[in-house]
Amino acid sequence: MSAAAHEPQARMHFAAFSGVPVLLGITVLLFALHIAVGAKPLPLGTVLEAIFARDATVFDHMIIWDLRLPRALIALAVGASLAVSGALMQGVTRNPLADPGILGLMAGASFAVVVTAFFFGTAPLVFLPWIAAAGALVAALVVYFIALWAPGGATPLTLTLSGAAITAFLSAIISIAHLLNEDSFENLRVWLSGSLAGRDIEMLYITGPWIAVGLLVAFSLARQVTALAMGDDVAKGLGVKTGWLKAQLLITVVVLTACAVALAGPMGFVGLVIPHVVRLFVGSDYRWIVPYSAILGAAYLLGVDIIARIAIAPREISTGIITAMVGAPVFIHLVRMRAR
Amino acid sequence: MAAWNENGADTGIRLAASALCAGYDGASILSDIDLTIPTGKMSVLVGANGSGKSTLLKTMARILTPSSGTVLLDGKSVHAAKTRDVARKMGLLPQGPIAPEGLTVRELVAQGRFPHQGLMRQWTREDEDAVNAAMATAGITEFADRPVDSLSGGQRQRCWIAMVLAQETDLLLLDEPTTFLDLKVQVDLMELLADLAHARGRTLVIVLHELSLAAAYADHLVMMKDGRIVCAGAPETIFTAERLKHVFDLEARVVRDAETGHLVCVPLGAHARRKASVRVA
Repeated sequence: MSAAAHEPQARMHFAAFSGVPVLLGITVLLFALHIAVGAKPLPLGTVLEAIFARDATVFDHMIIWDLRLPRALIALAVGASLAVSGALMQGVTRNPLADPGILGLMAGASFAVVVTAFFFGTAPLVFLPWIAAAGALVAALVVYFIALWAPGGATPLTLTLSGAAITAFLSAIISIAHLLNEDSFENLRVWLSGSLAGRDIEMLYITGPWIAVGLLVAFSLARQVTALAMGDDVAKGLGVKTGWLKAQLLITVVVLTACAVALAGPMGFVGLVIPHVVRLFVGSDYRWIVPYSAILGAAYLLGVDIIARIAIAPREISTGIITAMVGAPVFIHLVRMRAR
Repeated sequence: MAAWNENGADTGIRLAASALCAGYDGASILSDIDLTIPTGKMSVLVGANGSGKSTLLKTMARILTPSSGTVLLDGKSVHAAKTRDVARKMGLLPQGPIAPEGLTVRELVAQGRFPHQGLMRQWTREDEDAVNAAMATAGITEFADRPVDSLSGGQRQRCWIAMVLAQETDLLLLDEPTTFLDLKVQVDLMELLADLAHARGRTLVIVLHELSLAAAYADHLVMMKDGRIVCAGAPETIFTAERLKHVFDLEARVVRDAETGHLVCVPLGAHARRKASVRVA
């Protein structure tokens, strides 16, 4: 084949690649901005100085290292985890409405954490991600099987409905637990609204490595997800072990979602919105969708959290409330466009 | 079933089924199927709805696991072989595949390179050439950068065929590739597929609904009824009115088109017969 015939593919890849540095640049900028804004606005120069030439005696450097940098890192990790989870779920279920929140994984994770707190008091932090993961896994399977038993099987509609039902049911139980034991739930209440305020940096040390592993696995499976998105039979014909792939993807999604929930509580719609925005630019190949979702998800949550902190300063809005306010209209739009 | 295996090796048979039983969720559909697929020819499976022709194709393509019996590809069981190794030898086009929204033709066809790639072995010039060649063969090069879902049914089917071609397998299994398409488009597709067998030496196994197309294009026709193979052979020898009556419960005449020499099935419903008698009178 001639060089001319070679060109379109090369050009497409160039276009897909060239977005990465731009998006990374935006993310870095938002990261610095996120650290700079707050109750005491700091100049960007101070932020850079604190990061690259830390002086433990300077008060502003202390604010940055102890409070703001952890929060920015958590926003980064949670945004990337949720966006990649959503992208993988949309690919494996061939369902444009898939998202860890909509399909009940977040409610399952939150429920497991709340139930543990209710019966055993506050569990050691180290266990929290695993408790959340167990809850997310069980909820995901329950939602899937309910949809499977519905007439017509696991379609986008039945999955969404069964996810909504399970989420409503688990939220109701969480509310009951809350009413029965208001005092010990006061600190969980903020967490349950999806908040990045006052999160424990300790949790980032615990979940960080798992998030890194989860994202790397997601990147490495992305190519097979594209094949799977064309249907099980096509994927099998191409040599994909579909059962094994789905199991790997389920575990990856559960781990990423559970880490995100353990870090910041249930943060709705990030996994729904980001992959769809990414698709507008890079098309339907998950080799591009997954890494771009990770970067854009991180940037998005940094941006949203900046708004959460400055919108009604000096108080702040729960970040999860803003992601829901942005996500709900996108969700409605997708229902109108795609789930006909 | 060592006998045909040895014979198979002698005559270059690459794909065969022996004593194959399979079905869905415990319900048995195929019973005791023995079938050899002639190499470098177009084999066509026909039968009424529910006769098991698609089930047989899916079992040979290892989408379904047989309850007993084996499918042999180059003398080894396809269900025991590594799925990627099988995918390098045998391509599958399932019935009514759906491309993800927005996927371009080139991206779809590039998926056919999947079994040739790995985590460490990424896209190469060889892959690129295979994709371009497949698109040229299927006649879709001009649509390369358009989304698959913006094309017509026939063009879309050509994209899927190109994807399977990019897999560069000697064997191709296609499940009803012409269903729901206009007759003209069906004929064009059959011409393309026949070319693959006759000009390029690929071995094709195709499930078809359209009897006259099957008779016109098949080198090897396999008729199925109730999960069994009723007869298999050249259309010339087995495409007869008696067989159609037996296999499809269809009253029809089989006539030979004077110009092409193809056998054609003419259905004889009550209305058709009444019209004929009016004309005679």
